[in-house]
Amino acid sequence: MPQINAMIRVLTSFFLILFTFAATPNLLKANEEHAAADTISPKKFNTGDLIFDHIRDSYEWHIATIGHTHLSIPLPVMVYSQHSGFHFFMSGKLHDVNGNYDGFKVASEGKYERKLVEVMPDGTVLRPWDFSITKNVTSLFVSLGLILSIFLSVAKRYRENFARAPKGIQSWIEPIVVFICDDIAKPSIGKEKYQRYLPFLLTVFFFIFINNLMGLVPFFPGGANLTGNISITLVLALFTFVITSFSGSRSYWVHMVNDPGIPLWLKLPIPLMPIVEIMGVFLKPFVLTIRLFANITAGHIVALGFYSLIFIFAEKSIFAGYGISVLSIAFTVFMGLLELLVAFIQAYVFTLLSALYIGLALEQHSGHE
Amino acid sequence: MGLVMPDFGLFFWMLISFSILLYILKRFAWGPILSALSDRERSIEEALKSAENAKEEMLNLQSGNEKILKKAILEREKIVKEARELKETIINEARHEASIEANKVMEHAKAAIDRERAAAVSEIKSLIANFSVDIAEKILKEKLADDSRQKELIQNYIDQINLN
Repeated sequence: MPQINAMIRVLTSFFLILFTFAATPNLLKANEEHAAADTISPKKFNTGDLIFDHIRDSYEWHIATIGHTHLSIPLPVMVYSQHSGFHFFMSGKLHDVNGNYDGFKVASEGKYERKLVEVMPDGTVLRPWDFSITKNVTSLFVSLGLILSIFLSVAKRYRENFARAPKGIQSWIEPIVVFICDDIAKPSIGKEKYQRYLPFLLTVFFFIFINNLMGLVPFFPGGANLTGNISITLVLALFTFVITSFSGSRSYWVHMVNDPGIPLWLKLPIPLMPIVEIMGVFLKPFVLTIRLFANITAGHIVALGFYSLIFIFAEKSIFAGYGISVLSIAFTVFMGLLELLVAFIQAYVFTLLSALYIGLALEQHSGHE
Repeated sequence: MGLVMPDFGLFFWMLISFSILLYILKRFAWGPILSALSDRERSIEEALKSAENAKEEMLNLQSGNEKILKKAILEREKIVKEARELKETIINEARHEASIEANKVMEHAKAAIDRERAAAVSEIKSLIANFSVDIAEKILKEKLADDSRQKELIQNYIDQINLN
């Protein structure tokens, strides 16, 4: 027990330190923008831009801005345009000539804001098929490597000797695995079939959990808002949807269209309940998508919002900025701890709901009259 | 609006990455981990069960031992009792036989004594008879030393015979 307590203390202080540095790159950038605003144009500090720069995907990985130098990692851009075919170049080139390379540029406004567009000769913009390795894709690959290295090394220890007491990262993983096994999968899906779905549930849980945690780490290679991106959550929810649909028992589909427990007038002549039920099938993954996306994004926005307060106040008076910074940091640390909790809870909720949906699809309505 | 619209590129990469992750983890991580966990659970359960069994066996053994001990004690008491009884009977029998034997011997002795006495008495009788004859002879010899006496005696006898 004392070891576990010590580990918790170390972890807590680790994250506390992280949050003292939280969003430092963004701050530096904001500072720079502010400084630049003084000299070039009286541009005000824009909280929305700061936050959206962090929340949204980008074609380069911005690490810090020191003075006027942007320190960022250029990432490969891969696009297929119906007009000019395949293009492959590093995103650093987009800065070279007026933000326009080979007819491609990142739109600053309009429908494709912050996305790569091809500028046609007549001035209209076209969105090409965009397979770019963006910041989020890079983060995805990093997390993939991290997850694989963690679990393959843990699996190796298990394969060597199953009876050995867990050690190191293994003892951190094992209770969570057992928890998902015994408290999520078994009660939700049922004792007979839960083992078939365990690999998916475990993978989903650890993917979300580890990416949530990585999103809380404010510097490279963390700090990308991966699980707060709707494309990512959509794919995860689609996996749940596909698995649920393919494992649905006959009675699951029959009950959806014609539930014998519902009075006839709700089914005929207007098939009210069947419509609601079928909508529910698509609503479930939709809700999964939105919940994870909104929770993680909201956490990032709130944490950054507290930081922005410093600069909003500093615009009025530099002393107000210093004064409010104490409060802001206190709040951000609090938010950071809260987000640590949310990181686990959201991973848990996603896994639990996926398991429940699968369990519902598998259910045999034999006792139903 | 861009925030809530899925992006094709990221969607594409995520689909591929997650599929690969799911496959690799399922094949190389979850399989061994889950089977190891269930193996461990089973082995712990078995160990507990066998410990319980051993304990029960111990108890059985102990109670068995006690039973055997009790039985042995009873057996010993029984044997001792039997031995005591046997001893008593043997002694009694011996005593009985001895007394019978003694009686027999006594009777024999008595009979022998009687016989001897009878013999002795008869011998003494014959001796006494002889002595008396001798004595009578001597007396007669002395009394009949002279003829007068003989005559007197004869006369006496004759008188007596006459009287009768």
